Amino acid sequence: MSASKSILTRFSGTNATFWLGLLLVGTITLTGLLSLVWTPYDLSDMVAGRLEAPSWQHWAGSDRLGRDLFTQLMIGAQIALIVGCSAVAIGAAIGVTTGILAAFATRFLDDALAAFFDILIAFPTLLTAMLVVAASDEASLGTAILALGIGLSPIVGRITRLLTKQVLSQDYITAARVSGSSWPSIVFWHILPNILPFLGVNLALQFGLAVMAEASLSYLGLGAPPPNASWGRMLQEAQGTVYTAPWGAILPGLAIFALVIGVNLLTDGLRDRLDASRRQV
Amino acid sequence: MTQDLLSVQNLSLSTADKGLVKNLSFTIAPGERFGLIGESGSGKSLTSLAVSGLLPPSIKPSGRIILDGQEIVGAPGKQLDSLRGDAVATVFQEPLTALDPLMPLGKQIALPLRRRLRREGKPSGRAEVNRHMRDLIDQVRLPDPERLVRAYPHEVSGGQRQRVAIAMALACRPKLLIADEPTTALDVTTQDQIIKLLTSLVDELGIALMFISHDLAVVGQMVERVMVMRNGACVESGLAADVLTAPKDSYTQTLVDAAHRFDAALEGRS
Repeated sequence: MSASKSILTRFSGTNATFWLGLLLVGTITLTGLLSLVWTPYDLSDMVAGRLEAPSWQHWAGSDRLGRDLFTQLMIGAQIALIVGCSAVAIGAAIGVTTGILAAFATRFLDDALAAFFDILIAFPTLLTAMLVVAASDEASLGTAILALGIGLSPIVGRITRLLTKQVLSQDYITAARVSGSSWPSIVFWHILPNILPFLGVNLALQFGLAVMAEASLSYLGLGAPPPNASWGRMLQEAQGTVYTAPWGAILPGLAIFALVIGVNLLTDGLRDRLDASRRQV
Repeated sequence: MTQDLLSVQNLSLSTADKGLVKNLSFTIAPGERFGLIGESGSGKSLTSLAVSGLLPPSIKPSGRIILDGQEIVGAPGKQLDSLRGDAVATVFQEPLTALDPLMPLGKQIALPLRRRLRREGKPSGRAEVNRHMRDLIDQVRLPDPERLVRAYPHEVSGGQRQRVAIAMALACRPKLLIADEPTTALDVTTQDQIIKLLTSLVDELGIALMFISHDLAVVGQMVERVMVMRNGACVESGLAADVLTAPKDSYTQTLVDAAHRFDAALEGRS
């Protein structure tokens, strides 16, 4: 009785979310890491016939030039993770800094920054990113990352500003002030730790957005140039043959889906776990 | 006569359209215990914020506040930063919200403690901070320091939280301790313990105390001099014994009468 109950609780609710998320993200991360040292074939070698179906030799089949799709999927995992993490890091660096500054600023500057965030948010992230890429000399992985990071930053900034204002109104900030803390130390010791749980969840959502936006950029030909395989570009290349060789579009699509949903589940689960351990007295 | 630690002269506080505190004057000598009495909204807490230079930007002060020889009204933020902690520290009403919910209690005591050690030019390494922290925890009579320093605010009782808050204030080793209704959020038994603790600590360390409360009985047993406030103005001030036993002002009289009736009701008399 008690054993079955513990199994039930172990695999329900919070834990199921957490473990499923960890499984998806973990698998993709490991695949991405593995692709650094090993792939079944070389990325640009034409090792198979054109548009072969998945088989024992080519687990995901081949594209219209006869290149191994599983190899491309592996490299794609690496690219998706690099883009997601770097874009979120850039977005967070810009967004958190301006958000905190806005929360501390005089009313006029605060209003101006808030309006600026709103205007940028009204621009679709993808459009902002396309503008940045278009403004740079040539499309590369770096410009795509920078473009997405800048595109994400106003949302992060806006949330940071709100969260910071909320924390600033708390008694413990006044208490820290009366005991002689300077503002920088209050930001470091009290504000950042207290906004982090909420900000973290949001950053994970942004990670998902970044992965999808990168796929879109690549799909439009504005992402990492060949021979880099990105899931978005795989989708684009498979577009013409989607009826004759559907796996070429289905598999990268599934990979994007798995990473985005995995990150969301993982963050959700993590937040619930942290909450639960905090609530425990 | 010795130099006053805190001297407030004709202090008025007002927003754009409304006066909140009018022409308030009082002094606190080093080591003295001073009580500020008044109902909610009488301007007690605003006065204490003004003394530590933390008024909200929408509230404009006029008059003078001289704390430890320095003018507070209109002083630049940098100068106030160094004065806070050194000259004045505050214990707030609700310890649960006055402590950072996501920081272990030990860390919360260590932060102001390290600041003070640095200010005094003493070694402020981890070992020193820990040693001083143990002393402080002893001083506020908190049990089980090992567990306490790692606990989060929600994991300890209300009385223990307030003791931590007192330890944080004492960690600054201020010349003036402001206690803003420090017992209001606590149950009666705990109230009594906290009051005794505060009284003995300020005596022991020679810290002046500005005790803010609406509870006459509590103020009466703690302080030497009191000032009664109503609607932002002083209605009566003097020695605690005089004001509370033979009030001259009618408002103070009603407060005292109410307290008497409350006591009587508690003891079952009519």
